[in-house]
Order: sequence, then C-alpha cells, then structure tokens
Amino acid sequence: MLKGRSIICPDDLSIEEIDDLFLLANDIIINKESYKESCNGYILATLFFESSTRTRLSFEAAMHKLGGDVVGFSDFNSSSVAKGESITDTVRTVECYSDLIVLRHPKEGAPILASNVLDIPLINAGDGAHYHPTQTLTDLYTIYNYKKKIDNLVIGICGDLKFGRTVHSLIKVLCKYKNISFVFISPDKLRLPDYIIKVLDKEGIKYIETDNLDNMKDLDVLYMTRVQKERFFNEEDYIKLKDKFIINNEVLKSAKEDLIIMHPLPRNNEISSEVDLDKRAVYFKQAKYGLYIRMALILKLLGIK
Amino acid sequence: MLSITGIKKGIVIDHIPSGYAMVIFDYLNLEEAKYSVALIMNVCSNKMGKKDIIKIENDVNIDLSILGIISTDITINIIDKEKIIKKYNPEIPMIINNVIKCKNPRCVTSVENNIFNKFNLINEEKKEYSCEYCEDIIVVDKL
Ligand SMILES: [Zn+2]
Repeated sequence: MLKGRSIICPDDLSIEEIDDLFLLANDIIINKESYKESCNGYILATLFFESSTRTRLSFEAAMHKLGGDVVGFSDFNSSSVAKGESITDTVRTVECYSDLIVLRHPKEGAPILASNVLDIPLINAGDGAHYHPTQTLTDLYTIYNYKKKIDNLVIGICGDLKFGRTVHSLIKVLCKYKNISFVFISPDKLRLPDYIIKVLDKEGIKYIETDNLDNMKDLDVLYMTRVQKERFFNEEDYIKLKDKFIINNEVLKSAKEDLIIMHPLPRNNEISSEVDLDKRAVYFKQAKYGLYIRMALILKLLGIK
Repeated sequence: MLSITGIKKGIVIDHIPSGYAMVIFDYLNLEEAKYSVALIMNVCSNKMGKKDIIKIENDVNIDLSILGIISTDITINIIDKEKIIKKYNPEIPMIINNVIKCKNPRCVTSVENNIFNKFNLINEEKKEYSCEYCEDIIVVDKL
C-alpha cells in the first residue's frame, strides 16, 4: 500500500509497487476521461524552494488532469521562507491546507526533515543533486513503454556519471530487474564513483566502462546526461571534454533500429539537433510519460487507487 | 593512589583513556547533573598505564551510548546500595543522536536551525556513519 507514504528516494518503492504504478499509468493513458474527477476536493501543495519549472509544471498538470487543485509557491524569494522561516514550520503550516505536498529544495535531506513532521504524504521533487524519485520513475516508465518490459536490456549511460546522482539512483533501481547490462560511457574524469561500482559487482551485474561511443550497436537504450560546467576546475578542461560525446546521425548509423535515446533535459549540445527527427529519439516524449506516472503516484499516495 | 569515597548509588565509568574524562563530561552534559560528579584523572592503571574515571552519584538513567565511540574498553559500573549490580563495556553505537554535526555544506542541517542531528552506523569496522539527511559518510573514531 502506497497510501499515506512519503516518497523521498527511489528505494522507497519496491519493484512490485513500481509495476503497479506502471499499470495504473497505462490505464490513465487509455481511459483518460474516467480519471478527470478522481481528485475532486483534494489539494496538492507544490513548495519549490528553488525553481524547477519542468518538474513543477508536470506535478501541477498531473493534479489538474485528475480534477484536483494546486496551491504553493515557486518563487522562493517572495515566500515567508526567505524571511528565515524554517522548513519544518513552513510544511507544518501548508499541511493544514493540503492533502499532499511536493517539495523541491536545494539542500540534501530537506524532504526527510519535512516528512518527519508531517502526517500527510510528501513527494521529493529533488533535493539538490541528491534524489529525484519522480525523475527516476519517469525514466523507468519511458523505457517500459517503448520496450514493454525492463528485463533483458543493454543500457548505455553517457556523460557525467560521477556527479549525477539521479543517474546513480536510476542505475541502482535498474539493477533490481532481470538480466540488465550496462555500458558506461564517460570521460575518465567523470567515471562512476566506487560506491556504485561496488553495488554492481555485489549484484553480479555485467557492465563495461568506456570513454568512446564504439559500442553503439549493442545498445537497447541510450541515456544521455549533461556535462555541467561547474564540475570542472577550469574552462579548458570543460571545453576539451564537453564535445567528446556528441550523439549525431553519424554516430547512430551503427545503432539498433529499436534503440531509444533518452535525456532528462534540458540538454546542452550532447545531442545534436539533427537527431530530434530520428524516430529513436524519445527525449521529448519522456515529459509525457512523466506526467502520467506522476498522476499514478498522486492517486496511489492519496489512496484513491 | 588518590582515593575517592565510594558511592552508594550511581554510575562509575572506569578505564577511560587518559584525557577523555573532560570530553565525556562535556558530551554527557554533566555540568548540569543534579547530583555530585567526580572526575578523576591520570589514575595509574596496571592495564593501561594511565586512565580517567568518572563517578556520577544517584543518577543511573544517563544515555551512555556515546562512550562506545571513545573506547569499547571503557567499563561502566552501575552501583546500587554500594554494590555493583551491572558491569559492561559500551558498544559502538548504531545511532548517534545530536552529538556530532554533518560537515556537508549541501546538507539541510547547514541551514535549518534546531535540527536534530542523527547519524547511522554503516560500517562498524571502519566506524563509518552516514548522515540521516544527506547520507554523507563520516568516520567517527574520536570526539
Ligand atoms: Zn548531512
């Protein structure tokens, strides 16, 4: 039962619970009309202590499509928090007006702190670079939709694998599925941290680490990530590395016909715009799956479905 | 050897590594204790050269879990009616509540006032603890 639970990190959900969410999201897609009033009378609060327009719009649209209402703030500077109110005081107040809280906060662990004082469920919509469970669910549900399963896949993950902790979360969840193998593509300086490698080794997961795009032909899924400038000590290193892993039509020539190319967006230049027309590019569709999986999650946490 | 009157009821913390009586005094907040507390420092010990001892009168309900971080060789004696009714060594604590602070500048504990700091043991051998909030790992081998 997901009713009343808070979702702080992807590990808060079992594989069975994730499967249930997929099935519900599938049903929402097919029977949109029948969900139009599911959340009548319910209020979702979106508390964004830092801006993240995509994530906020996705949650708000999800609640509106279910017939519920939304309150909240997205402009941190004009909220009472900017005047020094504590996180716990803020959420305690908002709890009085709402049935479910979505929290985005720049500091790691803020959602745990908040959920500790709440009786209503809370969804972490990103705490710094720490966890972002609905992004992970969006990624998984996108794969599920195109592949009809998440077993027996070769998944390439490319870009900044060192600092991107949402990528780490995705890898950890994927490890729970059957017969997944990975190709990790990154500059040497941005390789996966040891703690993830340890998880993979412990679980006996097959993987290779490489610094080139030569394995394109083996992949079922290619997950691209941004290489962020602030990860580098100097401009020169950044410029040297950022263009080394660009996906374009040439690179994709050797790839499978049914490859899917994903990206959490926004992108820099790691995917050339010519790829947008390729039917294997699904990154603009991910937002749609993100919407339906959030609708499913809201229904489950409120105990409506 | 300096002799201190035995206590009728209370706690005697023995075999404290020399120099740590003051540290423990601070962490257990013993200056606010309602009854007498004796700090005995630099006592000669056959086993460990020099040691410290703390005697706390009357109060037996003090959370001593933090002692395991300093040394698991410390001996805790619970005294009642002038007799030792319980004698044990502290274990490395599974949880450290509100004693140490997280050093990760991105952690929510760095901005929220009056936050309850909590660390969970993740590797006993290495004495590694992870912050309840940000999960950053720190080694806690001394205070
Ligand atoms: Zn922390």
